[in-house]
Amino acid sequence: MGHLAGQHIDLRLTADDGYTAIRSYSVASTGMDEHLEITVDELSDGEVSPYLVRDLAVGDRLEIRGPVGGWFVWRPSNVNRVQLIGGGSGVVPLMSMIRAHQASNNEAPFKLLYSLKSPEASLYRDELRRLDQESAKLMVDYVYTRSTPEGWPVTPARLASDTLLAKIFPAEENPDVFVCGQTVFVETVADWLVMAGYSRESIKTERFGGTGGIR
Amino acid sequence: MGIISSGFRGRRSENPALPPGQHETQDFPVLTAGPAPLIPIDEWEFFITTENGLRLSWSWNEFLALPQEEITKDIHCVTSWSKLGTVWRGVSLDALFENVETTSDFATAHSFGGYTTNVPLWDLLGGKAWVAWEFDGEPLERAHGGPARLLVPHLYFWKSAKWIHGLELTGEDVPGFWESNGYHLHGNPWREERYS
Repeated sequence: MGHLAGQHIDLRLTADDGYTAIRSYSVASTGMDEHLEITVDELSDGEVSPYLVRDLAVGDRLEIRGPVGGWFVWRPSNVNRVQLIGGGSGVVPLMSMIRAHQASNNEAPFKLLYSLKSPEASLYRDELRRLDQESAKLMVDYVYTRSTPEGWPVTPARLASDTLLAKIFPAEENPDVFVCGQTVFVETVADWLVMAGYSRESIKTERFGGTGGIR
Repeated sequence: MGIISSGFRGRRSENPALPPGQHETQDFPVLTAGPAPLIPIDEWEFFITTENGLRLSWSWNEFLALPQEEITKDIHCVTSWSKLGTVWRGVSLDALFENVETTSDFATAHSFGGYTTNVPLWDLLGGKAWVAWEFDGEPLERAHGGPARLLVPHLYFWKSAKWIHGLELTGEDVPGFWESNGYHLHGNPWREERYS
């Protein structure tokens, strides 16, 4: 089904007595294949995600609306280099962009900086590793906050401004920057980018979760 | 009724304060399209421009000198969370419009940072909307639109423009930022006016 890389869908669940719940999920697929893929992070106290992860079976029908959103998107006609910065499951819409970029003949370089707790927490781990090795137009970097792979040269730590800036396309190269993750992560990263001279217009953000008390 | 998802029961909140498809959150999520702008208070102003070229504006101190109201309202985000009984402090748009003569039916809200959203004037006046600068007894956090944001609680929350700068009155309903990106021109949560 056709959609733009980075868009989301609204998924509506209806109980047999008419009770409904709606949630938005980022699309992970490219928009060029015939399947629509989302990635659901199960929240232990969630209303919808445990059902999707545990109860939904092949053959069940779902009501979806979309894909929607025309802002946090990447188009194959875009000639700028692209810096993707994802925290945790914030990598999902970025993966959609990576896949769309791979499937297109757009040769503008892409970089992904993926901040995650541990190697085991990586979504799309094998696919990202393969693309990083095989694709000349994608580079992937990781920042681990709690535990690292064996032999990793740095100890796990929260992402810091200098680490971030060392790993991404410099401001002078005017990359389009897409940042997605929890609110605190996105706010912090976006502020660092602006302070480092990246233009506000070049930075697109998508946030989820609460504020975590940032001011 | 939509397609039944067999085995789905959901959380069963039958709270009549929740519009269709919404769920209650205790948290206060942040949704913004780009970096949050930083607005020094001495550079802040709120303006209203009319179709006749009239421009009224208030500095921060002039704005704070206007009658202040405490507002307790439910808010509803198009991404399906609602937060009930939120408490704000701010200035009613009725007070800001006291000396404004206009025949316009619509307004475009302009934010510092370039965000825009369109709201019918009818939805802004008559005790329905405010410029709010305090949330829960504290100055409004920058992530939530501080120093001040529009508060139009009876519409989906993307209409409550953060970092509000001013209102431009227009004769036509001109789509703003999200409205140009697939969202509904009006945004009434009780009618589920989510997408265009």
